[in-house]
Amino acid sequence: MSRSNRDYALLGRDAKLAEEIGLVSAQWYHTEIPRSEMKALMKRSDGPAIRDTIILFGVMLAAVSGGIALWPSWWSLPFWAVYGVMYASAMDSRWHECGHGSAFKTRWMNDALYQVACFCMLRNPVTWRWSHTRHHTDTIVVGHDPEIIAMRPADVARLLINVFGVYELIGNGRTTLQLIAGYMPETVKTFVPESERSKAFLIARIWAVIYLSVAALAIWMGSILPFMVIGLPIFYGSWHMVMTGVMQHLGLAENVLDHRLNSRTVYINPVSRFIYWNMNYHVEHHMFPMVPYHALPKLHEVVKHDMPPAHGSIFSAYAEIIPALRKQFQNPDWFVKRSLPGTAKPYRPEFHGDLEPGQPTPGIGGYPLATAAE
Amino acid sequence: MPWINACATDDIDEEDVIRFDHGDTSYALYHSPDGDFFCTAGFCTHEKVHLADGLVMDYLIECPKHNGQFDYRTGEARRAPVCVNLRTFPVKVEAGRVMVDLP
Repeated sequence: MSRSNRDYALLGRDAKLAEEIGLVSAQWYHTEIPRSEMKALMKRSDGPAIRDTIILFGVMLAAVSGGIALWPSWWSLPFWAVYGVMYASAMDSRWHECGHGSAFKTRWMNDALYQVACFCMLRNPVTWRWSHTRHHTDTIVVGHDPEIIAMRPADVARLLINVFGVYELIGNGRTTLQLIAGYMPETVKTFVPESERSKAFLIARIWAVIYLSVAALAIWMGSILPFMVIGLPIFYGSWHMVMTGVMQHLGLAENVLDHRLNSRTVYINPVSRFIYWNMNYHVEHHMFPMVPYHALPKLHEVVKHDMPPAHGSIFSAYAEIIPALRKQFQNPDWFVKRSLPGTAKPYRPEFHGDLEPGQPTPGIGGYPLATAAE
Repeated sequence: MPWINACATDDIDEEDVIRFDHGDTSYALYHSPDGDFFCTAGFCTHEKVHLADGLVMDYLIECPKHNGQFDYRTGEARRAPVCVNLRTFPVKVEAGRVMVDLP
């Protein structure tokens, strides 16, 4: 059993070390794609996202209607199960894609769905847009990426509890309360520019009015039913988001400048792909974040000669992740180094040092060796 | 400063952008959908990402990393995360060549 030898704090020791060795706002490896092909892949379109949004809201409406009609009978359970996953997992991917601005061609459509998704997820649209910007700049760079969901060694209890959205709700609820009060923590200020902060406060206060209205309705009805529709789905519908989100980076390298080393592409079933909006093509998404979700399968075909082989299933991904997390308890420097096919360009250690499993990040002399806990 | 002969007009597709390096500085040259040419600083004002890898949509250039957008005619920042305008440079076309007035 080892303690972490890392400091993941955004203003902490390793944030400075990563900067000193050139891991911050750095140039990342990307596969060469001819410009004409890249333009075709990046091309925007409204059609796929309009279709998917109609399906999403249609399913949500049908499910919530069934849930309300059968409430409080147990027969309402399957309806809430479907509604919850759409509310708290499908909306996570809508938040993500619309935050990138690439889901729709028409800007107001992106922005409108982004606001709805943020509300469902209780993610402030300003702070989360900027934290995700940083995640793409410094993906899994210790001390800089605010979206590392499992630090080494992983807090397994936290990961398991969050299957029920607990930390999602607590973290975002706390941030929302802080913003309502006009307070933004210093760590958040590191990635949200001053000119954007007033918008974060305003939206948090609008949400406060909505949630107070829901609470008033619940008191008037003497029932938690209004919260089953707004708020509580984060508890009972986040599991799919967690299941897919864990696959993105866990167990892979930190402090590298090549998304093939720190991200994971997994083939998954069509229903999960709809919920996750194709983010299972995660290496491709990070390497070319402006390619819309609906073009990612095509991008995958274009670049897969240069990628580690994709996992064939969710089960296959977890068969890699779970042993990796276990090994990181013994040695936080351990990670899964993805092997490349013979057609791929090799990893370029000159970008980030010759990082090997079990060895400390080269150049980060400040990382003490992993120490055994007593 | 003299006008710099940057490229031929048909080196840039319509509604597209190319990179142009001059001295120690990098620029982006645009061909708008209505046939006009423009020049801006090459790198996004948010982070050091070259705009020539981005997507031109009408009169907007989108940064390929974070979706920040600028109006490349004026350099105006149009979508977060960009907050600082992009520098622009005068352009003229002479005998099928794109000429840029660089500092």
